Amino acid sequence: MYTNGYIFRYAAIMVIIAAALLSTAAMLLKPFQERNVAIEKMGGILASAQIEGVNTENTIELFNKYVTEEIVVDQDGNVVESFKEGAKENGKAFKLNMKTELYNKKQGIGFELPIYVINQNGTKTYIFPMRGAGLWGPVWGNIALGEDFNTIKGVTFDHKGETPGLGAEITTDAFTSQFTGKTIFDKAGTFKSIKVKKGGAKTLPANEQIHGVDAISGGTITSDAVNDMIANVLEGYLPYIEKERKK
Amino acid sequence: MSTEIKEREPLFSAKNMRLIKTPINLTNPITVQVLGICSALAVTAKLMPAIVMSISVIVVMAVSNVVISLLRDGIPPRIRIIVQLVVIATMVILVDQVLKAFVYDVSKQLSVFVGLIITNCIIMGRLEAFAMSNKPWPAFLDGIGNGLGYGLILIIIAFLREFLGSGTILDMQVIPETFYEFGYKNNGLMILPPMALITVGVIIWVQRYYTRELIEKN
Repeated sequence: MYTNGYIFRYAAIMVIIAAALLSTAAMLLKPFQERNVAIEKMGGILASAQIEGVNTENTIELFNKYVTEEIVVDQDGNVVESFKEGAKENGKAFKLNMKTELYNKKQGIGFELPIYVINQNGTKTYIFPMRGAGLWGPVWGNIALGEDFNTIKGVTFDHKGETPGLGAEITTDAFTSQFTGKTIFDKAGTFKSIKVKKGGAKTLPANEQIHGVDAISGGTITSDAVNDMIANVLEGYLPYIEKERKK
Repeated sequence: MSTEIKEREPLFSAKNMRLIKTPINLTNPITVQVLGICSALAVTAKLMPAIVMSISVIVVMAVSNVVISLLRDGIPPRIRIIVQLVVIATMVILVDQVLKAFVYDVSKQLSVFVGLIITNCIIMGRLEAFAMSNKPWPAFLDGIGNGLGYGLILIIIAFLREFLGSGTILDMQVIPETFYEFGYKNNGLMILPPMALITVGVIIWVQRYYTRELIEKN
């Protein structure tokens, strides 16, 4: 009854039907999924600037309200584009792919990075998105600096699949709140980044403690990844930051 | 010629209802058949992901059971496992895409485990043992029943783990602040996977105490 021909025909038709079904579903659901990803990205940017009362419904509205400027800078710190008018999700900065840009940075060729400027009651906050490699997958986040381009106003981190309870703790307030008030330059103006220190920031020399935070116990590799991510990404922004600091 | 008209079985006959009830207790996928333990440990640290996971498994199981049952006369026996896998995989990807589109936060927490429904032995087991040889309606009920049996255990574990481990239910604080002031502490161990296994063990113990049929004779 079941000849080889029948089996092949059956399998072929079944696969075609399954493929058609899946591609239709993917096409129909794509706009919703992309919107979720955009909302999450905006939420992270707003959270790093310590803006409160953000939820999934009002994220886009608040993002357009608070973010006054989106800047794209190149490897030499020149402003490539400054986007001020219109829906902020259409800006070039919002569409830049951090992964490719940071890959270009690693290859030593030209790259462009986004900066978001939030203007709240006349004070400006500059938000620098970050991305790096964690233990099990990518880690990313945002670091918000004050007008002096030195003091950290807040940070957020997120990850693809760090170990729950260990590496995944980088997203908690307990970890991120440590960054607030730390500085990335020392008094002489040398770039220090932020060290995520195993054993605690208190084990650093006294004059370095302002540039250090405690690592997560049991999450050493993820902590190191965050440490390297901050150093690597801020290095990319450094030409721009130093130009602004000289102004 | 016999003119006797075969009486149609009512949709919710006792026999059909048994298809839903037995997997909840007597042949429970997790506590009696010990299938699907992996996901039961992984997604039960909080109640919300456990509920979404249970609903996903119920949907995947019921729909794949019906589809396989409808196709059962045409499926060539030599490739039947492949056909079953294609049906399950298609359903799982659809569920995953829908979750990503409409409950993004939860889908992030569930991460790979929605995809891993494909490898959940309960589903393959039911398709092979039941749907391949039964009509669509009983197959649908069987899928729902086994999904409920799985989901029930998941939700009990998640409830206990979230309550004792974080002091919350569905992220709402239920243990009052005064308890913490008197020195009460959340049990961090409950959040870790081993405690899920121990909770399953306790559930099996309680279930066997009340369901004597499950106790082995010798």
